[in-house]
Amino acid sequence: MLDADFFRRWMTAAAASVDREADRLTALDSPIGDADHGSNLRRGFRAVTATLEKEAPDTPGALLQLAGRQLISTVGGASGPLYGTLLRRTGKALGDAPEVGEEQLAGALRAGVEAVMALGGAAPGDKTMIDALVPAVDALGTSFEAASAAAEEGAVATTPLQARKGRASYLGERSIGHQDPGATSSALLIAALVEARR
Amino acid sequence: MSERSGQVVGIVLVSHSAAVAESVAELAKGLAGGGGSAPVAAAGGTADGGLGTSAELITTAAATVDRGAGVAVLMDLGSAVLTVKALLAEGDELPENTRLVDAPFVEGAVAAVVTASAGADLAAVEAAAREAYTYRKE
Repeated sequence: MLDADFFRRWMTAAAASVDREADRLTALDSPIGDADHGSNLRRGFRAVTATLEKEAPDTPGALLQLAGRQLISTVGGASGPLYGTLLRRTGKALGDAPEVGEEQLAGALRAGVEAVMALGGAAPGDKTMIDALVPAVDALGTSFEAASAAAEEGAVATTPLQARKGRASYLGERSIGHQDPGATSSALLIAALVEARR
Repeated sequence: MSERSGQVVGIVLVSHSAAVAESVAELAKGLAGGGGSAPVAAAGGTADGGLGTSAELITTAAATVDRGAGVAVLMDLGSAVLTVKALLAEGDELPENTRLVDAPFVEGAVAAVVTASAGADLAAVEAAAREAYTYRKE
């Protein structure tokens, strides 16, 4: 079973990973975006960890909702409301149970991903974070490792796609050949699940 | 037109740029003329003055212009739209009766402020701003 401490470790691991990879995320965002994905997410996840040091929600649901709220408030770019909605809806779907099972997490994360799709209007194949998150959620029933591998594969598979959402969509065919930064950061978030269990 | 006399719809203008949000607010208020009584607040850029969207600035702006008749929020693009939608989905972040208005930013802002200043209700303000999409320039 996964308790609030597990979810705190997930957010801490995600923040550390975003911090480590911020330059790479921003580099990916330079040719097709506005070159701020890494720095924006770093600011947001630092706010998440700072808040979690002060406040300690004692259920997985409350913890994810608090983290999501911080991301919406502090990121400054589109990834803020998108990742914020992902975590908030996932947290809401988990309810107020003190511990949740992995299957429950898979179901809740699917609800979160669906909320992100509704908010941003993106579908699989649009070259967005959805291209990493949907395969990850599909594989989450198997294991965290399988979900992480699926997210990474999904992120890499955005390279030949033409962007249909966000700033990159203005570039049309020139967006082809670049890995999507949002799908890349989503893969980091899912990979942090594996770290959180150690 | 409003049935609640004395209450006027508030307008919030959200842009990636503080300068754009403030200038459009000034333009809309100026074009609303002498009757310019609708409260207008600009929420542009990030809290530290950069380009982007700040949820804090948006919630503060909405609280500032809320007179009880509703708040119309107009925004430019991308993260501005997503942040307003996410705040509305949150439920308790924005004043009751706050509405995302789907309208062109400059033209919609002018239409919204002029209409609100004339005492119209939120639905009429929204309709006037949306209608700005249909005005063709050629």
